[in-house]
Amino acid sequence: MYKINKNISLASTIMIIIGVLSCIMAFWLDKGGDHPFNNAWTNILFNNYFFLGISLFAVFFVALQYVAEAGWSITLKRIPEAIMTFLPYTSVVMLFIVITAALHFGGNHIYHWMEPGIMDQFITDANGNEVLNPNYDKIIAGKEAYLNIPFFLIRSFIYVFGWIYCARKLRSLSLSGDLEGGIGEKSYWKSLKVSGWFIVFFAVTSSTASWDWIMSIDTHWFSTLFGWYIFSEWAVIGFASILLISLLLQKQGYLKNLNDSHIHDLGKFLFAFSVVWTYMWFSQFMLIWYANIPEEAAYFYDRIYQSNYRFLFWFSMIINFLVPTIFLMSRDAKRNKTILIIVCSVVLIGHWINSYLLFAPGTLKGEGNLGVTEIGVALGFLGFFIKVVFSSLAKRDLDIKHHPFLDESKHLHT
Amino acid sequence: MSKKVIHAIYDDEEILLNSVKSLKSQGIDITEVFSPFPIHGLDPVLGLKETRMAITSFIYGCIGLSFGGLLIYYIMISGVGKSWPMNIGGKPNFTFYQNLPSFVPIMFECTVLFAGHLMALTYFFRNKMYPGSTSTSPDPRTTDDKFLVEIQIDNNEDMIKSILNETGVLEINENYE
Repeated sequence: MYKINKNISLASTIMIIIGVLSCIMAFWLDKGGDHPFNNAWTNILFNNYFFLGISLFAVFFVALQYVAEAGWSITLKRIPEAIMTFLPYTSVVMLFIVITAALHFGGNHIYHWMEPGIMDQFITDANGNEVLNPNYDKIIAGKEAYLNIPFFLIRSFIYVFGWIYCARKLRSLSLSGDLEGGIGEKSYWKSLKVSGWFIVFFAVTSSTASWDWIMSIDTHWFSTLFGWYIFSEWAVIGFASILLISLLLQKQGYLKNLNDSHIHDLGKFLFAFSVVWTYMWFSQFMLIWYANIPEEAAYFYDRIYQSNYRFLFWFSMIINFLVPTIFLMSRDAKRNKTILIIVCSVVLIGHWINSYLLFAPGTLKGEGNLGVTEIGVALGFLGFFIKVVFSSLAKRDLDIKHHPFLDESKHLHT
Repeated sequence: MSKKVIHAIYDDEEILLNSVKSLKSQGIDITEVFSPFPIHGLDPVLGLKETRMAITSFIYGCIGLSFGGLLIYYIMISGVGKSWPMNIGGKPNFTFYQNLPSFVPIMFECTVLFAGHLMALTYFFRNKMYPGSTSTSPDPRTTDDKFLVEIQIDNNEDMIKSILNETGVLEINENYE
């Protein structure tokens, strides 16, 4: 059984306190502009999105292993299973943000298309005459069939409850497999079925969720590969966190069956998905750059030609691509724990900056600044994440005892 | 005069692997193993060096990247491009870095093309598989379902044969290399 290290528990408590204080500070300091609390809401939203991605990808990882009938990952399966217990918390925060945005509660004006009356061409003036609405936005009105508040909220609830249902099901089936004895065949087939449905559900909802929650901030702009771009980002940060936690547990003397080949395989995934992320990033960028249509180019104009985002934009793109590509290229590097820890940390920070840039230029225009409160809230989420994930790890035996592919995983050799 | 060798034939790769292990532990020289497919775990037992294919792949990729860069520089900027300027989305002509995003796919494809093809060619030449080459396998059954171990004899024929018989060999043939 895993026991939480006292230092980790203390550190996570301190981080949660910092996070709560930063959250209060963010609302306290944020008073200027047309929409006074946009800065604070963006801050919470992008940090929450980052951790939602990590915990959601853990569910996808486990489901993928079942669907592919992959054997190599069984000995480390407890780690993604623990990470996915954080999904309900991030989902609750996400739903809270979405609902407050719909109600414009607490100064939450993150989604521009939710402004009342923005889709009505005519309004009635004081004398009862129909006049043209000065706030009318023709492009947004054209998207009304998809982007309207009731449908948006229903969709958000469907995503969240579908994901959480599958995550809980997969986690409890994994435990019943351990209690079942033998090779745990019965729960294996049940998990396979759940995983299949989850993959189909996730294929659609990962795209639509990213359109709804992220892309609709820049309402006029759209990108057809945005869903895959976000998915590849989730994959990178998901693999980086699985890798970091497995290295930490191995260092503390747990997971005796985990050998260098497992670490090597996770390293390969991290390397591959970093390249996929860059591929998606560049495909999106190049087409918009090439065509140079004002409606599309505005998205990159906001990010490149505003001095407070310019450096972050190029910096995050370059470190997210170059660091994993150069440092993880050779076989020996993927088996070297120091290099892996450094690359994972760099990639997590790089993608954290990148996820800030997904939201801030849209919600704050030129006023955003990645500063102390953002880091504070991120630490708060991190502390919460560590607390939840490690207490979930402690609830179960880290070594899986009964699984059809357990033996294969123990003798993994690449 | 050519040397005398033993050709031990097996019909299962697990048996072959164990046999090779016990031969190696007795310090007997194994010249070559012929198999219809790669056997997992055989390389470290035979003491083969790790392949340097990855290094060649990196070098070929670098060659491809520079070739792609020079090619597109000649076509679009310096050579042909000077007398036939192309309008790329209204971007300024005759500058490499300002048009770089549109050149990246070509450079990327050249990298993949060079790395892939040159690696395949290197593999063939390294294994002496050029047009007109003949098979080095002493027994055509190794292309079907049999495994063959070629062992150098050094006045220890009886010991080798006894080890082979213990580990479940299918047949033992003596031959001249």
